[in-house]
Amino acid sequence: MGGACGAKELSGVRAMTAKAKRNSQEPWIEVDVLVTGGGLAGGTLSLALAQNGFRVATVDLENPAEWTDRGFDGRASAIALSSQRVLHGVGIWDVIEHETAPIKEIRVADGHSPLYLHYDHAELATPGQAAEPFGFMVENRSIRKALNVLVPKTPNLTYYAPNVMVALERTAEGAFATLKDGTRIKAALVAVCEGRKSPTRDQAGIKITKWDYKQAGIVCTVEHERPHDFCAQEHFLPSGPFAILPLPGTAEKPGCRSSIVWTERADLWPLMMELDDDEFLEELRLRFGDFLGEVQVVGPRFAYPLSLQFAERYTDDRLVLVADSAHGMHPIAGQGLNMGLRDVAALAEVLVDARLAGQDIGSQAALEPYARWRRFDNALMLAVTDALVKLFSNGNEPLQVARDIGMAVVDKLPNVKRFFMRHAMGTVGDLPKLMRGETL
Amino acid sequence: MANAATQAPDKDGNTRAGTSANPEEIARFTAMAEEWWSATGKFRPLHQINPVRIAFIKDNVCRHFGLDANADKPFSTLKVLDVGCGGGLLSEPMARLGATMTSIDAGEKNIEIAKIHAAQSDLDIEYLNVLPEDLAAEGHKFDLVLNMEVIEHVADPQLFMAACTSVLNEQGCMVLSTMNRNFKSLLLGKFAAEYVLRWLPVGTHDWKKFLKPSELARLVRPHGLEFTDLKGMVYNPLKDTWALSDRDFDVNYLAFAERA
Repeated sequence: MGGACGAKELSGVRAMTAKAKRNSQEPWIEVDVLVTGGGLAGGTLSLALAQNGFRVATVDLENPAEWTDRGFDGRASAIALSSQRVLHGVGIWDVIEHETAPIKEIRVADGHSPLYLHYDHAELATPGQAAEPFGFMVENRSIRKALNVLVPKTPNLTYYAPNVMVALERTAEGAFATLKDGTRIKAALVAVCEGRKSPTRDQAGIKITKWDYKQAGIVCTVEHERPHDFCAQEHFLPSGPFAILPLPGTAEKPGCRSSIVWTERADLWPLMMELDDDEFLEELRLRFGDFLGEVQVVGPRFAYPLSLQFAERYTDDRLVLVADSAHGMHPIAGQGLNMGLRDVAALAEVLVDARLAGQDIGSQAALEPYARWRRFDNALMLAVTDALVKLFSNGNEPLQVARDIGMAVVDKLPNVKRFFMRHAMGTVGDLPKLMRGETL
Repeated sequence: MANAATQAPDKDGNTRAGTSANPEEIARFTAMAEEWWSATGKFRPLHQINPVRIAFIKDNVCRHFGLDANADKPFSTLKVLDVGCGGGLLSEPMARLGATMTSIDAGEKNIEIAKIHAAQSDLDIEYLNVLPEDLAAEGHKFDLVLNMEVIEHVADPQLFMAACTSVLNEQGCMVLSTMNRNFKSLLLGKFAAEYVLRWLPVGTHDWKKFLKPSELARLVRPHGLEFTDLKGMVYNPLKDTWALSDRDFDVNYLAFAERA
């Protein structure tokens, strides 16, 4: 795709070349896809595309050498079974598997109400086959670390990092990007994986709908006395959901480490972040309970303001929005990265199909199936998570009683429960091939 | 949708694309090229059906010539003629798939537009403002002739088909597409597309010139060709997508013709 950068083509970008001549004489590096943002979604997309024969250049702000420091990204992500298949397909899973923890049970409770909902993966087992877990807990930096291992080994893929795109011109001939260090890249398509605050999306004039939840997610890692038995817990507290998510733990104390996602109101979270370690632990204990024994905070704590945002459209000429640049949602259902990886799998599939049909992969005609596919699915998930936030971050008493009864009822209805469990695994809906464990 | 074979070019070549076109002309054609190639613009239905048409072409042509459909450039051994190429919507994907393309259109503007866009796409396509009979007279031969959405626009279908088939070489084959003639196609293909959905400019099609598959087959048979595949192209209004159909040929359909 893209064709060679011949003499004929260069005449079409004369205006730019004249301008660029003043600054640098760097030749145009020609690729099929320029990925801006090489994080979890961007990195996975880069690998998937390069492995399918596209020439890929990926620009990332961060220095890869600093990626794996604990302070860089303290978050852990719940990887649904379908997302795990994508990571497996591109080779990331083999690198990180020993650093992941399966989620075998999910227990949802409303505050300290005795009524609760309990999902066990064994209820979805088919005869003669071991039950698959709902998903896995993975620390974000594990995936970053895997990218450091895989990227240099992948033909057709080059990372430009730390670096940043300072100019982008999109024409009928191609997308012409200039990086901070003067590197010039010509691509057929720019895949924007810049996260929620995406300058390239804003410069393209794609508007986003956004509202603030007036909450932040406080994230930290804890060690506890007793093993978690790979059960994920979500407590709905008055200020928002409080999740205890199983991590693999250390060799000496396997299963005794968890990731905490603690939703706190906008007026309270800055106070929590200012507490000293002992005071913070005290607040944490109040919410955590004592079912896992003595608790200790390990490593730093982070706070991420929570908002919902949705791009008005996913494509423009030679431009496509992927993952958080296209949609950001509340972590209540643990679906942010999973939806992002669905975008990645769908885009890779759409681009392979477009190439087989001889299409220009940067044309809106080629990208339209991706936008149609993903916009609907993401809108649905945003609506569901938004409704959950409104339902559960609410101290209204009748509502609280109603949702408690609702949870207890669902707990007693096996078919309804199985429906929710399959959704948690991400194995329902119109899945891209990579999410079904197939190759493109 | 080009109006091939409706107007003959001047014998001295005056209406043909010249290299001496003035800058204003070039600017005008560039703007028109943008219109042709905008996936959201006037020609949106053509952009939408393009992958479906190409799937049909690839399927049949790869089988006919024993080519690998998953190869990077499966058509790299083929000389292909696109008759009534318009702005090059089909010619460019074919060139990307490796075909050596010759693309003709009776509309001089179309040829200029197509040339500009092919240069932008860095594709090597020979665009000519000639009629198929001109190529036949010069003795050109092709492995594949694409005869897509054009026969319903020509003045004399029999003469047109004689010219299109005479440029096929011994192993050559042809892909055709047009619109069926029945009440449903009048309603959907003509009335809905032009007057209600405004997909196409009013007057784009003359429904009386639409051909039933049997009539189209009868046009190619005297030249030693038989239909070996026939598929409908159906629109799903809920999903806003097009797909091939083995059963429904009522409005748009595609045919593959090989030597009997």
